[in-house]
Amino acid sequence: MKSLREFTMARVGLGRAGNSIPLREMLAFQLAHARARDAVHFPLNPAEFGGFSPRSVMLHSAARNRAEYLRRPDLGRRLDEASKEQLHPLRGDFDAAFVIADGLSALAVHRNAPDLLRSVTARLPGWRLAPLTIVEQGRVAVGDEIGELLGASVVVVLIGERPGLSSPDSLGVYLTWNPKIGRTDAERNCISNIRPEGLSMGAAAELLLFLMSEARARRLSGVGLKAELPATALPSGS
Amino acid sequence: MAHSHTIGGTVHRFDNLRTLLAKASPARSGDELAGLAASYAEERVAARMALADLPLRAFQHEPLIPYETDEVTRLIVDTQDHAAFAPISHLTVGEFRDWLLTPEASGAILASLAPGLMPEMAAAVSKLMRLQDLITVAAKIRVVTRFRTTVGLPGTLATRLQPNHPTDDPAGIAASIIDGLALESGDAVIGINPASDSVESCMSLLRLIDGLRTRYQIPVQSCVLAHVTTQLEAIRRGAPVDLVFQSIAGTQAANASFGVNLALLDEAWQAARELRRGEIGDNILYFETGQGSALSANAHHGVDQQTCEARAYAVARRYRPMLVNTVVGFIGPEYLYDGKQIIRAGLEDHFCGKLLGLPMGCDVCYTNHAEADQDDMDALLTLLGTAGVNYIMGVPGADDVMLNYQSTSFHDALCLRSHLGLRAAPEFEAWLAQTRGELPGALGFLTA
Repeated sequence: MKSLREFTMARVGLGRAGNSIPLREMLAFQLAHARARDAVHFPLNPAEFGGFSPRSVMLHSAARNRAEYLRRPDLGRRLDEASKEQLHPLRGDFDAAFVIADGLSALAVHRNAPDLLRSVTARLPGWRLAPLTIVEQGRVAVGDEIGELLGASVVVVLIGERPGLSSPDSLGVYLTWNPKIGRTDAERNCISNIRPEGLSMGAAAELLLFLMSEARARRLSGVGLKAELPATALPSGS
Repeated sequence: MAHSHTIGGTVHRFDNLRTLLAKASPARSGDELAGLAASYAEERVAARMALADLPLRAFQHEPLIPYETDEVTRLIVDTQDHAAFAPISHLTVGEFRDWLLTPEASGAILASLAPGLMPEMAAAVSKLMRLQDLITVAAKIRVVTRFRTTVGLPGTLATRLQPNHPTDDPAGIAASIIDGLALESGDAVIGINPASDSVESCMSLLRLIDGLRTRYQIPVQSCVLAHVTTQLEAIRRGAPVDLVFQSIAGTQAANASFGVNLALLDEAWQAARELRRGEIGDNILYFETGQGSALSANAHHGVDQQTCEARAYAVARRYRPMLVNTVVGFIGPEYLYDGKQIIRAGLEDHFCGKLLGLPMGCDVCYTNHAEADQDDMDALLTLLGTAGVNYIMGVPGADDVMLNYQSTSFHDALCLRSHLGLRAAPEFEAWLAQTRGELPGALGFLTA
């Protein structure tokens, strides 16, 4: 039955120890689970994101720690008071604001966000970019408040996705036109599963640049934008 | 109506029935997130004491969600069988709990009672029960359904073979099916969660399973768990649809967030029945539920998540389904925080479903951001086995590579059957006896 494994990444053909899963396979599962668990609790390190122009700002959501973050998604969607005050003097007239948030895997952010950000920002000539913000204990919607406070036309949130057993480092990107507190998921566009074994960095960058220029040209994001994406711009297998 | 209970001079007051039920609920993160949970431990017990003294009839007089604005409430109220309810209509919730545990409340008596029970009554009594009680009562109730196999017979445990693949690759899915059948899985259904919700993809997956089934004469039923409207379109285009699936919830607004209502489910039931594909019975729908779905859609109306869940079972029972399972730990730690909460919720859901007359199974599962692991799943699996659960999931190595969560493996089902002396569905068992679950040449056939 070993040949079954050639057809799927599912855990087929494991063999048996009595009725149970053999030890070797049990430990392989435990290793994958351990990596996914570690990814959930891996702390975000702001030093990983130095060197982005014009400057970067460290922020924190209203969720005080990981335990509260996991129980209270509402708090992860809002900034704490100190972070709001940090943003007030930075308000301007920006075409786009990039936000990095740990989400459910800071590991994914560390591994994939800097390259994606470098690749995309290098190809946005003429865009007035807000300072990069980096949010600890953040969920996707925290970008709405940041974008609104900064005065950005579009906000792009790079965030760690919920780790799977075989994908502890999967990055998601969410784009929202005219960000404001209270935007719904239907008003966003998402690029998912960005990691070496999933959607490649290059393909993700192409797609994000396409979405950003379309959003700017048509002054919208979400379902209305997604419906008219050309098939060639869609990520394959995601 | 306000309710209160006095303990040693302290009066605990609960403004209405919704609040009373929520505060009597065992601690769970979803009710805390919704701001409905008891504020401290003594308040929780006081609520249970007040609930124990509440007449069951109170649920007929005080709908938790208004009749005028919620079609699930209307379904519950309009279809309650008052004659079936009559034998227990004089009891309080607490007296009901004690009576359920007596030998007089036999399986046959409980089956005859089911159409008379409102789901809120089942939810209420479960809040006064320990895990042991939930198991004791549920184990008395057998709900048997048939399509090509018979699921739910005493002494049996079935499995849904769940061969998901991240890109719906036919060979990848077939490899998981072949693996599962060889490990005696699939007698409840071979059910695929598709990555794509397109009609074409749904149809090609249905043809894949049907091709295997007919070529190897396997007594199983198939299902592709796309949205019900996608399955309806597949029926119109002539696809071999066995069971029709839909996720459901316990309020009209939560069902709307799933893109369904009772009229649409009625239409799907009708269309599926007209196909007449069931060979030994016509239980034909498959529903999945789970605590927290109403709150996550902001459609809970101040009702606690376990009571919302029980109301989903009122939707399910309208359709005499083949299969119903709670996907208990899928939703994440903001609703069920850890293994303890997942285990309790799984047993509550199984109990409430069985008491309301449903063929309950359970997806014993967790996500990677919940405080849970395989040990917790082993505990819930074994408890559900002793409670007489109709079926569990069979996922290769317990790792669903499409949905990115952990469920139970083919091996887990083999272990549970072995521990408890349970067998597969009889039709499937007879096929296994002939073939040992092997499909000679199957992969070549599929990849050709």
